[in-house]
Amino acid sequence: MSASNVVPKIKKEAKNVEEAIVRRKKPSLKFPVRSLANVRYVEKAGYFEIRGMKKERTLTVNTVKTFAQTLRMMALSKTLVETDDIATKREAYYVSKNWDEARFLEQTESDTVMDDVEALFEVNREQLGFVPEEKGGDVAGTLVVIDKDPNTGKSIRIDCTKFGSGAYSIPISVEDLKFETGAKFILVIETAGMFQRLVKHGYWKKANCILVSMGGVPTRACRRFIRRLADAKKLPVYVFVDGDPYGISNIYRTFKVGSGNAAHINEFFCVPQARFLGITPQDIIDYKLPTHPLKDVDVKRAKDAIKNDPFFLHHKPWMKAMEQLISMGVRAEQQALAAHGLNYVIDEYLPQKIAHPEKFLP
Amino acid sequence: MAQAQLKGTHRKASGKAAPRPAVKAVPKPGVKREPKKIVQLTAADLAEKQREISVSEFFTKNRHLLGFDSPAKALLTSVKEGVDNALDACEEAGILPDLLIEIQEISETRYRIAVQDNGPGIVKAQIPKIFGQLLYGSKFHRLRQSRGQQGIGISAAGMYGQLTTGKPITVISRIGQNKPAHKFDIQIDTRRNQPVVVADDEVEWSAAHGTRVELEIEATYKKGRHSVDGYVEQTAIANPHARITYVSPAGERSEHPRVAQELPKPPLEIKPHPHGVELGILLKMLHETKAKNLRGFLSGEFSRVSAAVAEEIATTAGLSPGMTPHRAAREQAEALYKAIQATKLMAPPSNVLSPIGEELLIDGLKKQVEARFYAATSRSPAVYRGNPFLVEAALAYGADHLPADELVTMIRFANRVPLLYQQSACAVTKSVIQTNWKAYGIQQGKGALPVGSMVLMVHIASVWVPFTSESKEAVASYPEIMKEIRLALQDVGRKLGIFIRRGMREADAEKKRSYIEKYIPHIGIALQEILGISDKQKEKVCATLKDTLERSRQP
Repeated sequence: MSASNVVPKIKKEAKNVEEAIVRRKKPSLKFPVRSLANVRYVEKAGYFEIRGMKKERTLTVNTVKTFAQTLRMMALSKTLVETDDIATKREAYYVSKNWDEARFLEQTESDTVMDDVEALFEVNREQLGFVPEEKGGDVAGTLVVIDKDPNTGKSIRIDCTKFGSGAYSIPISVEDLKFETGAKFILVIETAGMFQRLVKHGYWKKANCILVSMGGVPTRACRRFIRRLADAKKLPVYVFVDGDPYGISNIYRTFKVGSGNAAHINEFFCVPQARFLGITPQDIIDYKLPTHPLKDVDVKRAKDAIKNDPFFLHHKPWMKAMEQLISMGVRAEQQALAAHGLNYVIDEYLPQKIAHPEKFLP
Repeated sequence: MAQAQLKGTHRKASGKAAPRPAVKAVPKPGVKREPKKIVQLTAADLAEKQREISVSEFFTKNRHLLGFDSPAKALLTSVKEGVDNALDACEEAGILPDLLIEIQEISETRYRIAVQDNGPGIVKAQIPKIFGQLLYGSKFHRLRQSRGQQGIGISAAGMYGQLTTGKPITVISRIGQNKPAHKFDIQIDTRRNQPVVVADDEVEWSAAHGTRVELEIEATYKKGRHSVDGYVEQTAIANPHARITYVSPAGERSEHPRVAQELPKPPLEIKPHPHGVELGILLKMLHETKAKNLRGFLSGEFSRVSAAVAEEIATTAGLSPGMTPHRAAREQAEALYKAIQATKLMAPPSNVLSPIGEELLIDGLKKQVEARFYAATSRSPAVYRGNPFLVEAALAYGADHLPADELVTMIRFANRVPLLYQQSACAVTKSVIQTNWKAYGIQQGKGALPVGSMVLMVHIASVWVPFTSESKEAVASYPEIMKEIRLALQDVGRKLGIFIRRGMREADAEKKRSYIEKYIPHIGIALQEILGISDKQKEKVCATLKDTLERSRQP
């Protein structure tokens, strides 16, 4: 994952384009197909592996605009890497405003081209000098993160037990972080609300664990942070999300094995050791949780998962759980546990669950 | 047919005019009323009250039937009747029409209209009857494509003027260089449907021949498509052989030049076709004919009936071909009517019509509408209910002065006369809506007119145009007529479709050309930034790429 080989890669692609033009051929770029259809689930490796389907974008009259934009984005990336600078996706969009007719009209356009370039070189966009806007996630618990002072380069130790009612924020680049911990597991939580409750009542102290808040679908930095931490310290990772198709198939699945859209980097941005703590469809019954009916979009998402998603297709227990959810026709949020008392989750639910990790869904 | 209807209406109207003693006045609850004496009338009393009402009286009470139902419409209808007569007169005399239409504002609710033509003029003795008697004219008793049909129009306008302003209709006419011009002021005795000549003078007049009609009526003037302005414009489109000068109430003078230097082929007069005749009319014809026997009546009064066919019809009806037509009883007439319907007959002659023609349709449109594309079609004649008719359609597409996101402008003509009202009741509108314009690259909502900067024109020519009412505003939806309109629309639609698709292809090619111009330099810039090539190399790369792409565009 070093950034040094990105510039030669960019140069090589550009050279191919130039040579094709000089030979009076139409140049083309080959991009990996970014969809679930182009991934296979390799259990042993633990993530969605890209299957090598490529789409070829040949420079024609119709593609000349995107082609020009892709090349200019590559040029921007080269400059960023060479000058050791970064640009957020939004900043890159504004840089394009100097490109006259080739400028982007909306940020979604520049994001798509950026994703293309990233996939083209099969690297992470951070390696291209592009960084996301979003923050990476919050951490609290028995963990010391060893980072470098951005100015002096000296090591600094960040004790994640010392943030009081606040939390340590995962940085955008986590590759050079080091960890010290005596925790027994990492508990990854979907909502900031649940995270705050657990932090406030010192759950991490009680259970001797590290708490991470994802705030919805985890960012790449968040996934990479947990992956490196879990790998380095050989820690089990338990995921606690809402009991609905979105929590299960979008958040948990992406967290554990990656996505179709970022298939070329799943290898690095997955957390294969993750296990699903809850809320399971069975929990809804066992804990008599208040529910809401599944919306049409939920049902569609669940049906899509058991029909097309290689991860669910691979795991029988998950197929059963999803079918159960569809037949129940309801969903339950993490915070539904509050119906039994605000601290029911700390006093009853989590201890009972964590006593039997072997029962967690894969 | 119209006369038969009128007679029927008389009786009804006179019946209504008599008081109806059987109806008691029912006092409303809470309102105290003097008990009324019930007057018993005898049959003799009733008979005394019965009297014939004249056509003019009838129309005085039912002026909406003739298009005088609102002050704005009254102005238009009056102009229209004058222009119809003027154009018909010129064409029948073989004169290229030269019309002057003047409208003068007397007050906001009163206008003086003058329509002047260079036609043959009118013989002195005829003038009072033509302008002062309803249902007097040369047009009702024949089947021939002409603007006026019933002989009601101009006299009704005169009557309306008399009714609302008390002023007589003024007519100046001259039949030749060596003859004096006559000026008449005519009023109508509505009770007797007879003209009353108020003034009759010989006057000095600069025109060598022609007629000028002046009317003063209660009316309001509005600008726009549904007004006299629009009417004059559309008349110019459908009559490219006429020169029309129009002076609006505001004093603006507009000239619509002649674009065709020849008169249209004169339409021919035909006898009615038996299949188009209804029982009432047949009865009337039987009683009025001068023929000595049934055979002669059938072959002489109708088209497409030879002596042999006449015998066949008579035999089928169980009547003797030699019987005297006047003596035919009602039952016999009915048998005859059924026999006619059962007999196979040749279609009526169709070469009697005078179409505008594709070329002149386009010339007429070009004169009034500036557009990027014009198309026209002139269908062969067809027949409805024994009457030959033909449909013509034309369009002007890409008219910049019309909004592209609104319904198309539709103009309808019957025998070259613009139809300005009752658009939605007209067979033309229905056919336009039923046509699938999307197939030709034109937007169209469900059950609506198409959308676009387009003027769509439809002309129906017939020896008898079936209007939905006497005011001649909408064409009745006979299936045969609807079908012909649809076919005509599809024909111009196809021509338009070809143009639009070609335009889209060209726009597409142009867009691609500009794409190449715009974006190739950026490929050069990017390659220079990444590879550090020289400016000269960059220019070469761009030039080569441009060449490669442009060559690949050719199929």
